[in-house]
Amino acid sequence: MKSNRVLLQGSEACVRAAIAAGCRFYAGYPITPATEIMELMSRAMPKAGGVFIQMEDEIASLGAAVGASLGGVKAMTATSGPGFSLMQEHISFAAMAEVPCVIVNVMRGGLSTGLPTRPAQGDVMQARWGAHGDHPILVVAPSSTYEFFDLTVKAFNLAERYRSPVIVLADEVVAHTRESVVLPSAHEVEVEDRVRPSVPPEWYSPYRDPGTGIPPMAAFGEGYRFHVTGLMHDINGYPTERQDETEELMARLFNKISKDFHLLQWYDSYFEEGAEVTVIAYGSVARSALRAVRTAREKGMPVGLLKLKMLWPFMRRTVSQYLQSSRSVIVAEMNMGQLSREVKRVNQGTCPIHTLNRVDGRMITPEQILTAIEEELR
Amino acid sequence: MAPDTIKVGKHQIDAKEYLAPGHTFCTGCGEALAIRLACKAIGNDAIIAMATGCSEVCTSPLPVTSWQLPWLHTLFENAGAEISGIEAGLKAMMRKGKAPERDIKFVAMGGDGGTSDIGLQSLSGALERGHDFLYLCWDNEAYMNTGIQRSSATPYGASTTTAPAGKLSMGQSTQKKNLVEIFAAHGIPYVATASPSYPFDFINKVKKGVAIKGPAYIHVYAVCPTGWRTTSDRTIEIGKLATETGVFPLYEIEGGKYRINYEPKNLKPVEEYLKAQGRFRHLSPSEIAKIQEKVNEDFALLKERAERLPAG
Repeated sequence: MKSNRVLLQGSEACVRAAIAAGCRFYAGYPITPATEIMELMSRAMPKAGGVFIQMEDEIASLGAAVGASLGGVKAMTATSGPGFSLMQEHISFAAMAEVPCVIVNVMRGGLSTGLPTRPAQGDVMQARWGAHGDHPILVVAPSSTYEFFDLTVKAFNLAERYRSPVIVLADEVVAHTRESVVLPSAHEVEVEDRVRPSVPPEWYSPYRDPGTGIPPMAAFGEGYRFHVTGLMHDINGYPTERQDETEELMARLFNKISKDFHLLQWYDSYFEEGAEVTVIAYGSVARSALRAVRTAREKGMPVGLLKLKMLWPFMRRTVSQYLQSSRSVIVAEMNMGQLSREVKRVNQGTCPIHTLNRVDGRMITPEQILTAIEEELR
Repeated sequence: MAPDTIKVGKHQIDAKEYLAPGHTFCTGCGEALAIRLACKAIGNDAIIAMATGCSEVCTSPLPVTSWQLPWLHTLFENAGAEISGIEAGLKAMMRKGKAPERDIKFVAMGGDGGTSDIGLQSLSGALERGHDFLYLCWDNEAYMNTGIQRSSATPYGASTTTAPAGKLSMGQSTQKKNLVEIFAAHGIPYVATASPSYPFDFINKVKKGVAIKGPAYIHVYAVCPTGWRTTSDRTIEIGKLATETGVFPLYEIEGGKYRINYEPKNLKPVEEYLKAQGRFRHLSPSEIAKIQEKVNEDFALLKERAERLPAG
């Protein structure tokens, strides 16, 4: 039997995942360290019968992806910090108009131009709150080549299921690391597609809640009257300022995701049995953390690792359990402390929380985390 | 004491280096050469705003800089906006007597991506508002800094990493955006094309550009051995070939009036230019014929304009 084992860069896994998930439209703009995704897409898309377009900037990139999705095609773009900033207005639009799309942000070091070739996790809060206005958002964070594949597929499924923009928050190390992985074959990949209208065009209201909170989505050109706007809109998609209608829309936008919080607890837990100290990490830092925790266990230290794969919505119910069962928690991340703020918010002061941060463009090493663990247990 | 100028034939060039050595441009980079010459033409009392790109990355590798002039890099899309603010702000300070009255030269620079794609909007705004500055576009015909991705200034037929040539694709399938005519259509006082392969013509144009009141735009042809798949010793030669074949004609538009600065009796066949570069290696004779036809057409159109609207 032919083995499915391949040596892949994270970026390659992301591209393969997108194709496997049914993505057939990519629009992007070159930016380090996300350019590989775009270069690979320029070859993969035509082969898959899809469309690849290089746009004139990142505003246009997400604009085109949103347009393609409204045309009925699964669409994505990929970028890094500066480009992600330019995309924020469209993210807000996609959340408001409920347009499924996937945005990959390969985080790089620093603010502004920063450290383009080095890793960071500085966009965690931006991924949640960067787009203007109250909006729900879904953000996943891969820590390995395999997870980049897995979570990209799932990101498309989430986008389709919830009619929402979904952000894959990778970092430079995850995107550039080459690893030997076994990827599922095409028929093994679970793919979800948006619900299409089953009513005749004259009965269709594009934003009417069918009871699930997620209205069936017609594609432009199918014969349905589909009016799309970033303004507050009624069930027909027409602008409204009526209080009952704006309230209903906002409630539905949030509820369609919050009703499923229990399904959106995506994490891996290691050595949790008897763990007095729990390390919380995500992205490439989780790899260093696993090594540190393993070494600590070998030395007989009661420590576990909680690796978060879903960052937003924040996994309150999962993290709370670890906060209750641990004597103390270490949150390690390559920023000045972003997700640790959420952990602290959920914690409500019940468990001592220590942060381990690094912002010099270097990875957090297993030694650093091990030292932090040893200090906790001293 | 070192001389202030170097004499080359009848030309005098500033002896001072404003772009210090130690930068990280590739060997044989046409852009590096162009920036060095342009700065000599601009001289002191200048402020440079630069868009993201090869020239930004290569002149300011952490933690050093090659710039001997005040220099600012902010983002990819906003060299036009930055220079607008610098010019308007400083002039307001001078007007109010809060800064000494001086003839400061405001210069913005960007690559073809930073000018034709992401930065087009901010530059168009700056030209329309009429700020007193010179914009220099270093056109190496792709995003070389991130690894040879196509831009809207990439010529038809060139292979790039996002417009790769292969069995099903002939590389870039669209025509190069005509930035010179786009900016000329803003009705600004001075627009020109220039090439470091013709250094004195280039230096004169930069001097003219900074001296003119109001916005000026110079489109500079920057041979890129790395991205164009040529050897680093052919930069000047390929630059000349581009002009001699009519691919990159040298001309000025002053107050809407045209002047062709270099017009060979007969244009060389464009094949000579294409064959010198690996990025065009895959082109079939029929594709080359198509490119030749387009070059002929464009050159004829330029000549027609120059005859209809001649500069004095």
